[in-house]
Amino acid sequence: MATDLKAPPSAPAPTISVPRRRRTRRRLLTHAGIIAVAIVMLYPLIWMVASSVKPTAEIFSEPGLLPHTWQWSNYTTGWHGVGVSFSIFFENSLYISIVAVIGNAVSCSLAAYAFARLDFSFKRTAFAIMLVTLMLPSHVTLIPQYIMFNHIGWVNSFYPLTIPHFFAVDAFFIFLMVQFIRGLPRDLDDAARLDGCGPARIFWHIVLPLLRPALVTTVILTFIWTYNDFFKQLIYLDDPNMFTVPLGLRMFLDATEESSWGPMLAMSTVALIPAMVLFATFQRQIVDGIATTGLRG
Amino acid sequence: MPTALARPASATTLRPQRRRARQNMWALLFLSPWIVGFLVFTAGPMLASLDLSFTDYDALSSPHWIGLANYHRMFTDDPTFIKSLVVTVIYVGVGVPLELAVALAVAVALNRGLRGLGFYRSVLYLPSLFGGSVAVAVLWRRIFSADGLVNDLLSLVGLHGPAWISDPSYALGTLIVLEAWQFGAPMVIFLAGLRQIPTEFYDAAAVDGAGPWQRFRRVTLPLLSPVIFFNLVLQVIRGFQAFAPAFIVSSGTGGPLDSTMFYSLYLYREGFMNFHMGYAAALAWFLLLIAAILTAVNFVLSRFWVHYGD
Repeated sequence: MATDLKAPPSAPAPTISVPRRRRTRRRLLTHAGIIAVAIVMLYPLIWMVASSVKPTAEIFSEPGLLPHTWQWSNYTTGWHGVGVSFSIFFENSLYISIVAVIGNAVSCSLAAYAFARLDFSFKRTAFAIMLVTLMLPSHVTLIPQYIMFNHIGWVNSFYPLTIPHFFAVDAFFIFLMVQFIRGLPRDLDDAARLDGCGPARIFWHIVLPLLRPALVTTVILTFIWTYNDFFKQLIYLDDPNMFTVPLGLRMFLDATEESSWGPMLAMSTVALIPAMVLFATFQRQIVDGIATTGLRG
Repeated sequence: MPTALARPASATTLRPQRRRARQNMWALLFLSPWIVGFLVFTAGPMLASLDLSFTDYDALSSPHWIGLANYHRMFTDDPTFIKSLVVTVIYVGVGVPLELAVALAVAVALNRGLRGLGFYRSVLYLPSLFGGSVAVAVLWRRIFSADGLVNDLLSLVGLHGPAWISDPSYALGTLIVLEAWQFGAPMVIFLAGLRQIPTEFYDAAAVDGAGPWQRFRRVTLPLLSPVIFFNLVLQVIRGFQAFAPAFIVSSGTGGPLDSTMFYSLYLYREGFMNFHMGYAAALAWFLLLIAAILTAVNFVLSRFWVHYGD
C-alpha cells in the first residue's frame, strides 16, 4: 500500500516549544496508540480469515489465530454448500455490479457536467432537488417502486437492480463529480469555446479526461456498494439461481443453522475478497473521494 | 452552496435570448437521464407511496382508502412499531455520537504530521467499506455469540460474558459496536477538514500559552464544526436506514424480544413478509418525516455551535 509521507500543512506548531526528547517520546506513544486501535479494529477480520481454515469445533474452543488442523476443505464445502454453487452467486453479483457501474459512470457524469459548467434556467432549483435526494431515505420509494416493477414483470429479474443506475439515481456520485469539476480550471473550457467547441465536445474532450480520478472513485464505490447491497436484492430476487453473494450467504446461514461455521466463515471471507482487492488497489482514490464529498458540503 | 458561476464574457456572439435557449437545450440534453430518473424512480414513487399510505393495500386486492387509519394505528395499536422506533433511536442516538467521537479523536491524533499517515488512514477506513455487508454481519453474529470470540477473550481475563446476540439486553449493543467500528469514513472526512485549518492559528494559540486541550477546544473544534455537522446529518440519516446487520444477526426476526427490530427491518417485515403494503408506505413516510425533522433541528441547532469562517 502506498503511504503518504508528506506532513499535512497543519502539522502542529506547538511542538516547537517542547524539548526534542519529549517530542520523540510523544510521537512513539501516538504511533503505539494508533497501531493498537488498528489491531483491535482489524482483529475480527483477521480472526475470520484464520477461522475459515479451522474445523468448526476448533473455532468454538480456541480464541487464538493459528489453526491446529488446517481444514482447507471448508472452502470447497462452503462453495457448494447450499445446492446452488457460489460460482453462480458471484457471477450474478459481478453482473449486477458491473452494469450498475456503467450506468452510474455515464449518467452521473453527464448530470454533473451540466450542474457544474452549464448555465440554464431553474439551475438552482434543480441543484437543490438533487441535494435533497442525496439525503432522502431510500425506503420512501421502496414500496411503490416494487409495485411498479412488479407490474411490468421485473420482479425476480436483475432489471430493478441495474436499470435505475442509468438514470442517475445515485445523487452522491453526481455531487462527487460536481465538486470535482468545480475544482478544474476553466481556462481550457474557455479556450475550447473560443475555438468553436460546443458543450458536447468540451465535455468529451476536456472535462471527461480530467474527470478521471472522480470517475475512478465513482466506479469503485458503485461497484462495492452494489456488491454489498442486501435490502434491494432481498426484495427483488426470489429464484436461488439468480441469487447474489449476500443472498447466498444468508441462504447458507439459514440452511446450516449454525452447524458449520468453518465453511460459513470461509464463504464470508471469499465474499469480502472483491471489495478487499479493489480497496488495496485504489485505496487512494476511494479515501480521497470520500474526503472530497464530505468537506465542501 | 455556491451555484451561481460567473460566465466568461467571451463565450459567444449570439444574442442573449437565443443563447439562453441554446444553453437550456444543452442542459436538458445532459440532464435528461437525471430528470427521467428523478421523475420515474424518485418523485413518482414518493407521491405514490404517500397515496398508498392512506390505503389498506395488501398486494393482492385493490387498495381501499382508509384515511389516516394507518398513521393512527402506528401510535395507538402497534407496540412493535413503538419498539422499533425506540430501538432505532437508541441505535442512532448512541452509535452515531460514539462513532463520531472516536473518528474525531483518531483524526486529531493522526494529524500530527505522523509518518505513515496514509497507511493508517487506509487501514482504519477499511471497516467502513463493508461494515454494512452480510459477510461482516455473519462474522458479528459469530464473534458475539455465547461461545464466540468476545467471550473467549473475556474468559482469558477471568470474565464470564453474556450470550450477547441472543440476550435482549445486549443484542442492540453489539450492533452499536458494529456501527462505531465503521468510524473510518467520518475520520477520513475529519482528517481532510483538519488539514485546512491554518497552522498560524495553532502558533498563535501556543504563543498565548494554550495547552493541547485548550487548542483543541478553542481552535480545532470551532473551525471543524461545519465538517462535524455535515457528518452528523449524514450518519444520522444513514443510521435510520441500517438493515442488513440487524436482519442477519436476528435471522430476519428483529429478536430477541424485538430488541434488534430496526425501523427498516420492521418496514420490510410489514411490507414484504406480511404484505401490509399500505401500512409499510405509512411507515416509510413517517421515516421521511423523521429525517426531515432531524435535518431541520440539526440546522437550527447548528446556528449555535457551527462556526462558518470567512
